[in-house]
Amino acid sequence: MALITPGFGGRRRDDANLPPGQYRTDDFPVLSAGPTPRIGLDEWELAVITETGERSTWSWAEFTALPADEPTVDIHCVTHWSKFGTRWRGVSLDTLLADVETAAEYVVAHSYGGYSTNLPLEDLLDGRAWVAYEFDGEPLVPVHGGPARLLVPHLYFWKSAKWLRALELRLDDEPGFWETAGYHNYGDPWREQRYRAD
Amino acid sequence: MSTNIGADDALWVDGNALAGPLGEIMGTDLTVAELTCAGCRTTRPLAAMRVFDRAPGLVARCPGCGEVVMRVVRMAGRVLVDLRGSLVLSLPVPVA
Repeated sequence: MALITPGFGGRRRDDANLPPGQYRTDDFPVLSAGPTPRIGLDEWELAVITETGERSTWSWAEFTALPADEPTVDIHCVTHWSKFGTRWRGVSLDTLLADVETAAEYVVAHSYGGYSTNLPLEDLLDGRAWVAYEFDGEPLVPVHGGPARLLVPHLYFWKSAKWLRALELRLDDEPGFWETAGYHNYGDPWREQRYRAD
Repeated sequence: MSTNIGADDALWVDGNALAGPLGEIMGTDLTVAELTCAGCRTTRPLAAMRVFDRAPGLVARCPGCGEVVMRVVRMAGRVLVDLRGSLVLSLPVPVA
């Protein structure tokens, strides 16, 4: 094991915040598996659907009237870039799910445009996930997932589904768009869980 | 090669972009293969598909209905080709 002497070798102060295999960028690259959906705010709706089929829905006005957080977080894309200190405004999943009765352990996030991704429910709770609708003090633009996207910064960013339409609470795990195509089911950047065999 | 470079949308290129990664593993030019889309049941050459390559993998979509017909993900030592959006893949028999 190599020993690194602090102050010798130019080790950057923020390296400790960079997961293995990642490099830092100050850009915000746009990755997309399809055309960008354009959803008018008057037709936008967010739904939470439980395992019994019970639906809770929010219009844009109802959603943006909910108490919001302003998290500043590092994000890590599975294509190896990380971006530090991104500033968002969004509604905590703790708020959205506060009155939802469920025994579910898993969630599938569904997007306008057909994308989906799966996560354990516990990863969306305790202040670790939001439905974000502003980035850097501005409304979230469509190429980055606007009107609203999931924000789960402790997992690779493909889990932070753009153009969020619904959260389906499930008793069983149902792999999503990239998870069925060879990517890791959980996607922890600190354990470098990129592909299913990792 | 066709593309939508310059459009105010996610970038795509045509199916010729699949020739390299698929030819590398299958040893044949798959862009002359034809795919039948499971969404609209239209058959087109692979080269005619729209490939979104600014993504964690290559995502080929039918230019008619927009549904995903193929996903190609390269991982360490292995390439995964997901064809669940296609009904039929037809290939010309090589001439001896």
